[in-house]
Amino acid sequence: MLRFIAKRFLETIPVLFVIVTLTFFMVRLAPGGPFTTEKSIPPEIQKKLEAYYGLNKPLYHQYLDYIGNLLKGDLGPSFKYATWSVNELIWSAFPVSLELGCYALAIALILGLGAGVIASLRQNSAADHMSMSLAMIGICVPTFVMGPLLILVFGLGLGWVNASGWDSARDRILPALTLGFVYAAYIARLTRGGMLEILNQDFIRTAHAKGAPPIRIIFKHALKGGLLPVVAFLGPAIADIITGSFVVETIFQIPGLGRFFVTAAFNRDYTMVLGTVLFYAVLIIACNLAVDIVQVWLNPKLRFE
Amino acid sequence: MQPRRRRNSSWRGRICLFFGVPLLVCSLTGCGKHETRVEAGDREQILYEGNGGEPQELDPYVVTGVSEQRILMTLLEGLLSQDPVDLHPVPGVAERWDISPDGKTYTFYLRKTARWSNGDPVTAHDFLESYKRILTPSLASEYSYMLFPVKNAEAYNQGKIADFNQVGFKVLDDYTFQFTLENPTPYLLSVINYHSAWMPVHLPTIREYGDPYLRGSKWTRAGRFVGNGPFVLAKWQVNDVIVVKKSPTYWDRDRVRLNEIHFLPIESDETEEHAFRAGQLHVTETLPLTKIDFYRKDYPNLLHIDPYLGTYFYRFNVTKPPMNDKRVRRALALTIDRESLVKNVLRGGQLPAFCLTPPGTAGYTCRTQLHEDIAEAKRLLGEAGYPDGKNFPTIELLYNTLEGHRIIAESIQQMWKKNLGIDVRLVNQEWKVYLDSQRTLNYQICRASWIGDYVDPNTFLDMFVTGGGNNETGWSSPGYDRLIAEAARTADPQQRLEVFQRAEAILLDELPIIPIYFYTHVYARRTEVKGWYPTILDYHPYQYVYLEPTANQSH
Repeated sequence: MLRFIAKRFLETIPVLFVIVTLTFFMVRLAPGGPFTTEKSIPPEIQKKLEAYYGLNKPLYHQYLDYIGNLLKGDLGPSFKYATWSVNELIWSAFPVSLELGCYALAIALILGLGAGVIASLRQNSAADHMSMSLAMIGICVPTFVMGPLLILVFGLGLGWVNASGWDSARDRILPALTLGFVYAAYIARLTRGGMLEILNQDFIRTAHAKGAPPIRIIFKHALKGGLLPVVAFLGPAIADIITGSFVVETIFQIPGLGRFFVTAAFNRDYTMVLGTVLFYAVLIIACNLAVDIVQVWLNPKLRFE
Repeated sequence: MQPRRRRNSSWRGRICLFFGVPLLVCSLTGCGKHETRVEAGDREQILYEGNGGEPQELDPYVVTGVSEQRILMTLLEGLLSQDPVDLHPVPGVAERWDISPDGKTYTFYLRKTARWSNGDPVTAHDFLESYKRILTPSLASEYSYMLFPVKNAEAYNQGKIADFNQVGFKVLDDYTFQFTLENPTPYLLSVINYHSAWMPVHLPTIREYGDPYLRGSKWTRAGRFVGNGPFVLAKWQVNDVIVVKKSPTYWDRDRVRLNEIHFLPIESDETEEHAFRAGQLHVTETLPLTKIDFYRKDYPNLLHIDPYLGTYFYRFNVTKPPMNDKRVRRALALTIDRESLVKNVLRGGQLPAFCLTPPGTAGYTCRTQLHEDIAEAKRLLGEAGYPDGKNFPTIELLYNTLEGHRIIAESIQQMWKKNLGIDVRLVNQEWKVYLDSQRTLNYQICRASWIGDYVDPNTFLDMFVTGGGNNETGWSSPGYDRLIAEAARTADPQQRLEVFQRAEAILLDELPIIPIYFYTHVYARRTEVKGWYPTILDYHPYQYVYLEPTANQSH
């Protein structure tokens, strides 16, 4: 196992290097730059600005400078938010997205696993159809519809919670629901599929025949195998969910990381684009690694491979 | 019986999951009707204001946006300040000032009670040091040109002279400060009284955190920022909130009634409107187009439509056919039904624009006005070689990707098709790509707008001088350039406005642009916000603002 982890860890280094390199050059291909503004900047000022940020050097030189700083852990200054460095911005925003992501993930797992297991046990019953229809709605209704809808009902209509913001514990409810519901829907469908496959297998029939109580069969025998597709899905999903969602963070005015992904590109904030992409890449790789380990633990077959 | 009971319990379980979890969380956190944030704010004199996007910085010489300007007005005060009703210059750090008869020498007498928030007195030396900082080339301040009316300021900023003593700023004594100008500049006081480029900064503080003549110094963080305004910076949480608190050292602190202002950087207008209706904001930055009618009907007392110093227009790239033909440009300009556009499409109380400078800008209203005349337009197009639009190539109309611009472009596309029989293709580009296309004249017709930097026709008209950084049409007229230069030299205010009349007449004859409408500022404000007046630049000096709920307030 340790060898497996070490190998995977070494594999990530070239992957990250390729990601940084591609992003660095791709972001420069976009027309306009960080200092392209509606009111034109006098050419002398423009030159001074570019010199300050090192943008006047040849591109390969800038790239080498960036890589050099990156190895020291420095993601550079933000071009848009002049007083902050990219490190500072990511570290101030990530805990917020992480917190929201954990709530959303908890909601997604509780709702998704619950509905999926129930649906698979009562295949083709009303309960199955209802939870799967709900899951379909969850997948189809985008967050930018779901979010405002929840705000209208619970924030403006009933006045139970604030319409937006990130001050009190109460402010966490609606965004966590909005974000969690989409993932719950996917998890429900995957759980149902995985469970149905397992429940038809011989070892489950054997367990039934031996008179094991149904609860024990579901939780001890079936769920372990039935969860495999969900676990595979959760790897990238967790990375996605804890780095924040642009839509949810914008709708609910949450100071998280998700917004930076999009605004950085619009602002041509080169260092911020690179910083967020790199951060996301590291998280995805880490989550995928964790998933692989969990899968090996869940599925004894994999241990031989 | 058993399976049936089991099924029931699974149903119950599901219902519990879907409704119970939120309800449980609710009961734990104590949901229910509660005092809203603004209601608490009313009691404590805390104003909650929507402020557009996250400020890029709070260094007054680095920032360029309105959101930043609004916050800086609370933290710093220039030589002059603004009257809350019409923004005319009133004493700020300077308690009085003289202007020499030739209009070129301004002397300011500073009050001795003005203090920085760390207790230091504000002196003439502070202003000199500050203006040296903004004009130093290495700082690369984008708004340094605001100081260019001062003698040699431009030369110093461009590195042509190295000795700051040659720039027209002079400290006569600790509390007397003088500038000498290149030309009489009648609008100067109404820039000094609000623009961040003219605000002072506390150099010793900046030095503490880095080189004051370079960007990226970290002195603007909460806890470090030393200002001289009515408020001090208490908290800066990125993308969340900026809090300013009443300053105990401000010279006019007895006038200040608000204890705190919370500026919320809400980028989405829908989110902002929700927050307003949920009682989380006193004032919004804007209002979604789609909500205007709803507010008109249900909350007319909260809806505000104020005039705003800005013009929406289309640029022509005059370097390429067919737009290099003045007759074609005129034909296109004469066939836009602006009244209908404003009334049926925009619906935010905008004014149709038949000239570039908004009417009544510092006493100036353009006498030359475009008119709508389809017959004349058809004749002109025929003369240009395209009778009834025949042989007229399909032209492209460029706008930056935004719903509002698309609707306007579509309406105008239809008007031109109907009235002139010509085809227009709509092209939208992402903001920076669009800016780049506009700058490099990589367009035929392109949507544009201009918000005045100060209340004077010059801020609109000097845009179109030959080679001007914001001209972006390729248009050039020596006669026009001469008039704009002449206006700058003219000391007599009335005579100066006459020169602008002649200049704008040339612009409206040649039409490198088509004016479409004059902006309004549409936003929502609660009725308890007092001391807040409709001003053309949408600035509201916060030392005059207070909260006073009336009994049985409806919203």
